[in-house]
Amino acid sequence: MKDFTKSKFSFVQKFKIFGIISLILAGIGLGSFIATVFGASPFNFDTEFVGGVELNYSLGVDVDRSVTDNVDAIVNRVTGSHASSIQMTGGGQSVQIRTAELDSESRDALFEAIKAEYPNAESGETSYISDTVGDDLKAAAVKASLLAILLILIYITIRFELRSGLAAVITLCHDICVMMAFFVIFQLPVNMNFIAAALTILGYSINATIVIFDRIRENSKGISDQRVFADITDRSICQTMARSLNTSITTLIPIVLILVLGVPSIQNFAIALIVGIVSGTYSSICIAGPLWVNLRRLGGKKTAAKKAKA
Amino acid sequence: MKKKYSPAGMIVILLVIVLSTWTIFNGLNLGVVKIPDVRNGVVLGLDLVGGAEITYEADLEESDNVSAEELSSGMEAARTMLRQRLTTLGYTEAEVYLSGTDRIVVAIPNIEDPEEAVQMLGSTAEVTFEDADGNVILTGDDLTGASMAYGDVNNTGFNQYFVDVALSAEGQEKFTEATKEVASRTDGKNYISIMMDGEVISAPHVDAEYATTGINSEHVSITLGSNATQEYASQLAGLIASGQLPFSLTNIQMESVSATLGMDSLKTSIQAAIIGLILIILFMIAYYRVLGVASAISLIFFGVVFVDIISLSHMNLTLSGIAGIILTLGMAVDANVIIFERIKEELRAGRTIRVATDAGFKNAFSAILDSNVTTCIAACCLWWQGTGTIVGFAKTLLIGVLLSMFTMLIITRIILKTFANHQPKSLSAYGVKTGGAE
Repeated sequence: MKDFTKSKFSFVQKFKIFGIISLILAGIGLGSFIATVFGASPFNFDTEFVGGVELNYSLGVDVDRSVTDNVDAIVNRVTGSHASSIQMTGGGQSVQIRTAELDSESRDALFEAIKAEYPNAESGETSYISDTVGDDLKAAAVKASLLAILLILIYITIRFELRSGLAAVITLCHDICVMMAFFVIFQLPVNMNFIAAALTILGYSINATIVIFDRIRENSKGISDQRVFADITDRSICQTMARSLNTSITTLIPIVLILVLGVPSIQNFAIALIVGIVSGTYSSICIAGPLWVNLRRLGGKKTAAKKAKA
Repeated sequence: MKKKYSPAGMIVILLVIVLSTWTIFNGLNLGVVKIPDVRNGVVLGLDLVGGAEITYEADLEESDNVSAEELSSGMEAARTMLRQRLTTLGYTEAEVYLSGTDRIVVAIPNIEDPEEAVQMLGSTAEVTFEDADGNVILTGDDLTGASMAYGDVNNTGFNQYFVDVALSAEGQEKFTEATKEVASRTDGKNYISIMMDGEVISAPHVDAEYATTGINSEHVSITLGSNATQEYASQLAGLIASGQLPFSLTNIQMESVSATLGMDSLKTSIQAAIIGLILIILFMIAYYRVLGVASAISLIFFGVVFVDIISLSHMNLTLSGIAGIILTLGMAVDANVIIFERIKEELRAGRTIRVATDAGFKNAFSAILDSNVTTCIAACCLWWQGTGTIVGFAKTLLIGVLLSMFTMLIITRIILKTFANHQPKSLSAYGVKTGGAE
C-alpha cells in the first residue's frame, strides 16, 4: 500500500470541496427528515411505521406479471381494496403482499381464496403493525440518538476540548444524514432495522474520528499556532490513513457477507450499515479533522477580537 | 542476552481457546458456574425458530373512566388469563409479558397457525359458577371484582390464602339462592365449580350449615385448602377478575415468521459469521504478517469466548443480535489495527521488535479507550430506549466491545511478547517494507 505519511495532499485546504459534497448529501437526508416531521415524508416507510399488513405466500408456481395481477384481483375481491404493493420474492415462486390493515379473519379468508387458485400455496411470514406502535418506536429511537449524541459530546469535551467534540458530533450527524439520503434516493424501505443500523453507526463512526483526533492531540502537544495546527491535522490524518482504511475493510467484510448470503429481513440492515461505514470512513478522513481546524479558527478569531476590545 | 518472555501465557491462551471451543459443543461444569453448550444455552428468538409475537392493547377509548389502578390490576388479570389460555391451548413455551402500561405481548415459538392463536387468545374470557349438574349460577356479569386475601377466613384458628370475590346486587341474590340449593343436596356433590372457558379452575365446597339461609354477602370467600400458596390464590383471583376486565383487549400487532424461514436466517447468519471470520483473518495475515497471526489467534479467542458468554447468560438471541455479533467481529480487530500501525511506525524508526511492541501498545491505548467508550455510550443508549430486537442487538454489541477490548489489549499483547522473543532477520515479517528511504 502507498505510504500516506509522505503524501503532500492537504485535507484542510480541500475542506471546501469536501464540505460542499457533504452538505449536498447530508442536506438531502436532513431535508427529508425535516419534511417527515412536517408530515410530507419522502421516505418509503415500511408497514411497521405507517400501519398495515405484509403477507408472504409461497405460491408453488413461477410468479410473473399475470400472477401478481391475479393475486391483486383476489386481494381486491376478499378485502374490498387493492394491495398497496405486490412483489415477487425469494426464488421466484413467492409473493409479498402489502395492504392496509386487515383483521385476522380477513387474513385467513384471503389465504383460503389464494389457496383455492394456487393449491400448493403456503403461508410464510406475516407482519402486522399498527402505526401507533411505529410512533412509539420512532420517538424512542430519536430519544436514544439525541441522548447518545449528547453523552458522546460531553465525553469528547472532557477528553479533548469542546470544539473537537462539536466537530466529532457534526461528523456523526453527517453520517446518519447520508444514510437517510441514500434510503430516500433509492426508496429503500425504512424500518426498525434501519433505525438499529443508524444507531450502530452512531457508535461505530465516532471511532474513526476519535482515532484521528487522538493523533492530532498527541502531535499538537504544547503547540497553539493555528497555521501549524492545520499542518499537524493533515499529518495526523495521513498517519492514521492505513488504520482508517484497514478497519473499514475488516468491518465491511462480514457485513457484505450478510448482504450476499443474507435473507431479506436483514439485507436492508446490511445495506444501511455499509452506507454508514463508507460514509463514516469518508467523513472521518475528509471532514472531521478539517472541521476541527476551522472551528478552532472561528474560536481563535473570537478570542482575538475579545483581546482587541480589551 | 536478554531474558526471554515466558511462553506460559501463550500456552494458557491456546488452552483457553481449546477449552472454550470444546465448551461450545459440550458445555462445562466449573462447580460454581455451569456453562451450558450452545444449543442449550442460547435462547433463539422467534425470528430464528419461527413463531408469532402478538401485541394486545387495552382499549381505553370504549370504556371510560378507567383509573390507573384499575388499569394496572386489570392488566395483571389479563396476563394471567392469557397465560391460562396459552397453557390450555398447549403453548407451554409461550411467554406473556406487559409492555408499558397498557400493552401485553404474547410470544409463541414454533406455532403453525398464528392467525388461529390470535383469534383464540383475543376472545373475552368467560367465567361461570356452576353447580354439579352444570346449571349456571353466576356469569362474569354478576361479579364486580376478585382479589387475593389472607386471613382466618373460616374460623379454624389458622390463617390461609383465599380468593375474595365481590358480587353485584343481582349476583348476590342469585348466589344466596344457589348456595341454599347446593348446601342441601344429598348426593354429596355440595360444591360450586368455578369455570373459565369451560375448564374447572376451582370447586369450593358449600357447607351444610348454609342449607336454609344460603350465603348472603357482597363478598364471597373461596377457600383453597389450608396449604394453598399465595401464588395460586393470586393467580386464581386474576383468572376470575379477567372475566370482567374494565376494558377489552385489541390485537394491534402481529409478527410471525415461519420455522423454515427462521432456520434459513440462522444458517445464513452463522455462515456469514464463519466465512467473515476466516476472511478477516486472511486479510490481517496478508497485511500484517506476524502481527496478523497474533491478531488471528486473538480473534479466534474472542469468537469462542463470546459464544460461551452468550450461552452462559442464556441470552435471547434474535437475528439482529447475531448481526451485532458479526459486526463486532469486524470492529474487534480495530484495536489490533491501531496497535499494529503504531508498532510498524516504531519499527520503521529503527526500534527492536520488543521495544516497538511495548511502545505500540502504549501509544495506541488512549485512542482505543476513547473510541470504545463512545461505542459503549451508544450501545447503552440503545439498550435503555430500545425495544425487543434492538435491545438484543445492543446487549451483544456492548458485550462484544468490552470483550474485544480485553482480548485485543491483553491477549494480543501476551502473544506478541512471546513472538518478540525471536527477532526476525527482515522486518518484512512484520509487514514493514525495508530497503526504502526510511
